[in-house]
Amino acid sequence: MVSPLGGNVDTSWKNILDGKSGASKVSNFQVDDLACQIACQIPRDPSVEGYYNPDDWMEPKEQRKVDDFIVYAVAAADQALADSGFKAETHEEQIRAGVLIGSGIGGLQGIEEAAHTLADKGPRRISPFFIPGRLINLAGGYVSIRHGLKGPNHAVVTACSTGAHAIGDASRLIAFGDADVMVAGGTESPVCRLSLAGFAACKALSTSYNDTPEKASRPYDTNRDGFVMGEGAGVVVLEEYEHAKARGAKIYAEVIGYGLSGDAFHITAPSPDGDGAFRCMSAALARAGISAADVDYINAHGTSTMADTIELGAVERLVGDAADKVVMSSTKSCTGHLLGAAGAVEAIFSVLAIRDGMVPPTINLDTPSVETKIDLAAHKAKKMNIDVALSNSFGFGGTNASLVFRKVAD
Amino acid sequence: MSDIADRVKKIVIEHLGVDAEKVTDNASFIDDLGADSLDTVELVMAFEEEFGVEIPDDAAETILTVGDAVKFLEKNAG
Repeated sequence: MVSPLGGNVDTSWKNILDGKSGASKVSNFQVDDLACQIACQIPRDPSVEGYYNPDDWMEPKEQRKVDDFIVYAVAAADQALADSGFKAETHEEQIRAGVLIGSGIGGLQGIEEAAHTLADKGPRRISPFFIPGRLINLAGGYVSIRHGLKGPNHAVVTACSTGAHAIGDASRLIAFGDADVMVAGGTESPVCRLSLAGFAACKALSTSYNDTPEKASRPYDTNRDGFVMGEGAGVVVLEEYEHAKARGAKIYAEVIGYGLSGDAFHITAPSPDGDGAFRCMSAALARAGISAADVDYINAHGTSTMADTIELGAVERLVGDAADKVVMSSTKSCTGHLLGAAGAVEAIFSVLAIRDGMVPPTINLDTPSVETKIDLAAHKAKKMNIDVALSNSFGFGGTNASLVFRKVAD
Repeated sequence: MSDIADRVKKIVIEHLGVDAEKVTDNASFIDDLGADSLDTVELVMAFEEEFGVEIPDDAAETILTVGDAVKFLEKNAG
C-alpha cells in the first residue's frame, strides 16, 4: 500500500489507528485560485517515518514515461507480493496468476501536460510514451511484466468503487477457476490542478478548511462540506484457499462476499433513499451466506459529503435491530478520498481490523449530523473482536460495491 | 569529439539511463543500449528538440547507432 499516511501498509495502518490526518495544504503547484487548496498527498519527505520514495520501486528513467498512478500500483504490488511470499516461477504458475488493478481516472496529470505540449509545440512533440503511460490498464500491465503474471489481465474503471470492484471481480475469477492467484486493487494519482478544479465544479470537495486541512475530512459531522482528495494505491494478493494452504501462505482473511448494484438515478448524486447501497450490501451478505447481525465492523464509504447520511440510513435498514452491535467507521477521515484506490486501501484496512481486533477511528466527528444507534468510532480507535468486516464503495454514475471479509480460523 | 557528439551522447545517457562508457559511436540503440522501438522514437524527438531540426521518418529509420545520429546532425543541424 502507498497512502497519504505512509509509503507502506504498516506505517499507514499505525497512523490510522493513531487517528492521524493525511491532509495538508498543496504546495507543489499553484492553488491560490482554486476553491479547494488542500489534499491528502503521499509523504515524500525523507524525514517522515515510512515515507514514499518512488526510486525504491521504479527506475527514474521509467518513471518519466508514466503517470504516478502506475508507479504507486507497482510499489503497492511489489509490497503485496513480497509479503505474500508468492512468486510465479514456473510456466504453470505464471499462467495461473493474473492481475486486476483499476483506476478511477488514470493519468489525468499527464493528459493535462500533453494537451499543453500539443497546443504550444505541435503534434510532433507528443511522446511515444504518452498513451501507454496514461492508460488505466497499464498499471496492471507493468505489474504483470515485472512479476511474470501471465493469467487474466484485466482492469476496472468504476470511479470511487474501482478498488472494491477490482478485488471482488478478481476473487470471482479465482472462484470461477480462471486463476489460482490474482494481484488485485486500485490506484489513483488525481492531485493536480485540473482535477481539483473539476471536482470542485461538481461541488464535491471541501472548501471551508483551506487553513485547517487536518479538520476538513469529517464524515457524519454537521460541519462537513465535501471530500478531501487523496492519492495512493492498495493492492492485495488473492489466492484460491487450498492453493494458499498448500504452500503455507500467511492468510489474512477470506473474501466471503461481494455485492454489486447500480443506482440508476443521477450522474454524481446517490439515490436519496440509499436503495442502491442497501441492495449492494444485501447482495454481498447473501453471497457470503450470513445475516447482517453477523457483521462486526463496517468500513464505510463515508466521504465527508451529504451522501454520508444516505449510506448510514442504508446501513441502519440493513442491520435493523443489530444497530447497537455493529461498529462503523470511515477511514477517509484520515486518508481523504483515494477515488479509484479507496476501495482497495479500505479493503486492506478492513482485513487489518480483523487481524488486530481494532476498529480504526472516524476522526473529526465532533458533532454528528444525525442520531444513530450505530457506533461510528468517533475520534479514537476501538479494540474489539472482529470476525466479519464489510467494506463499502460507491461511485459517480451510481456504481456500488460491497466486500465481506471473514477471519480465518487457525 | 565535436560539440554535437557530446550533446547527442548526453541525451542518450539521460533518456536510456545507461553508463557513459557504453555510449560509443558504434553503439546500437536497440542492440547495445537496451532501447525499444518507442525509446528510439523518443530519442529522435529529443534530438529534434535539442538541435532545432526536423528529422523526417525515413531519415529517422536510418539512425540506428550513436554515430548515425551524430553524422546526421552534423550534416543537418544549423
